[in-house]
Amino acid sequence: MFLKVALLVLKKDLAIEAKSREILYTTLFFAVSCLLIFSVAFVKEGVPAEDAASGILWIALAFSGTLALGRTFERERYGETLRALLMAPASRPAIYIGKLLGMVLLMLATEVVLLPMVAFLFRAPLFARPLMLAELLVLGTVGFASVGTLFAAMLVRTRTRDVLLPILLYPITVPVIIAGVRGTSALVQAPPDEAIATLWIGLLTGFDVVFVTLALWTFEPLMTE
Amino acid sequence: MKKAFVPLAIVTAVMFAYAPIAIARVQYESTMLLVQKIFYFHFATWMALTAAVTVCGVASAIYLFKGTPSADRYAVASAELVAIFGAFGMFSGSLWGRKAWGVWWQWDARLTMAFMLEMVFFGYLLVRKYGGPGAEKLAAAMGIFGAATAPFIYKSVDWWRTVHPQTTVMKTLGDKFPAAWNLVWFCTAAFLLLFVVVLVARVRLEELRAELDRLYLAAEE
Repeated sequence: MFLKVALLVLKKDLAIEAKSREILYTTLFFAVSCLLIFSVAFVKEGVPAEDAASGILWIALAFSGTLALGRTFERERYGETLRALLMAPASRPAIYIGKLLGMVLLMLATEVVLLPMVAFLFRAPLFARPLMLAELLVLGTVGFASVGTLFAAMLVRTRTRDVLLPILLYPITVPVIIAGVRGTSALVQAPPDEAIATLWIGLLTGFDVVFVTLALWTFEPLMTE
Repeated sequence: MKKAFVPLAIVTAVMFAYAPIAIARVQYESTMLLVQKIFYFHFATWMALTAAVTVCGVASAIYLFKGTPSADRYAVASAELVAIFGAFGMFSGSLWGRKAWGVWWQWDARLTMAFMLEMVFFGYLLVRKYGGPGAEKLAAAMGIFGAATAPFIYKSVDWWRTVHPQTTVMKTLGDKFPAAWNLVWFCTAAFLLLFVVVLVARVRLEELRAELDRLYLAAEE
């Protein structure tokens, strides 16, 4: 039942997104414009600064992820559909998981395009250890999106949600970003340092467990008016 | 708590009056000399901050799940104290860093995480101020998440092994330098008492504010 509800919410979000592709396209475009701005700061005389690629990748992800989070819940607010969702006789944590899965899939779709672009534009050997990089990205995305989905959902009711979301989200998710950046850096250096990357993957797993547990625990009281 | 407040405040005041004298008297540490004396207040501040973070996290959780208004008052009072103790801790740490490492600020793991924790609790206060109606609940979520990341901050230094002294400093200090060890704990007790005194006063202020609001509403009716 729990899984069924979560998958239904996910299916609903994907169906809406598949029709307009609005969030995917705007998020992607924003992430690419971030890359462009970073190129101004980190490329000197045509050569990208060493080790800049991993930082650029993760910051572009965090920024564009915030945009997507805000927009996903703005859509729900517009149609008053979040209230309908919460009034449905379904368990709240299941609804949260459904929204979270949708968010993670959306961010992963952005990463699929962003990753080759960063590798190409900043000359980073991002695909030296593809499996470990995939682990880092998936775990990092889950960590970021788990806090993001909870905060974006609870901020729907406030007037200042657009300002408050990044204010609340970034300090809390900084550990995830640090782990992501350091782990990716370890993988793109020559030769790749697998031991360090494994350490960060373990740490990210720990963050994910803590964040998802806390979010599941607090989603219900936070969404009750 | 109300009866104990005045004696507690007096004890705290006496301890804070005596602490500088004791710190001035204790012998110099052999490698750091005068600078090491910052440590007594620096360590104590972070211990008080830990207490404040814990109170804020627990009070936030109680408020979120039970809706007790007094829990929310404790949460906001301790969140403000986290911000203040954090600012003082970063200031004293910066003075220390200037002498020990030659720089005011070092992007070392522990410092970065302390900065982050400070940002979390400033975020908490911003949400309360600008979140509009129902902001207490949103802030409570922030308090819970902030308190949950605090252990990571403490452990971060062990994981990353950077320039900041390891968390085992306190374990070895007792054998090497008993006078300093006692004084560190004296200062820590003073700061913890200060935390309790200010917390109680701040919660009282919040209670009076709530009472005033209630009276205003009653008078209007």
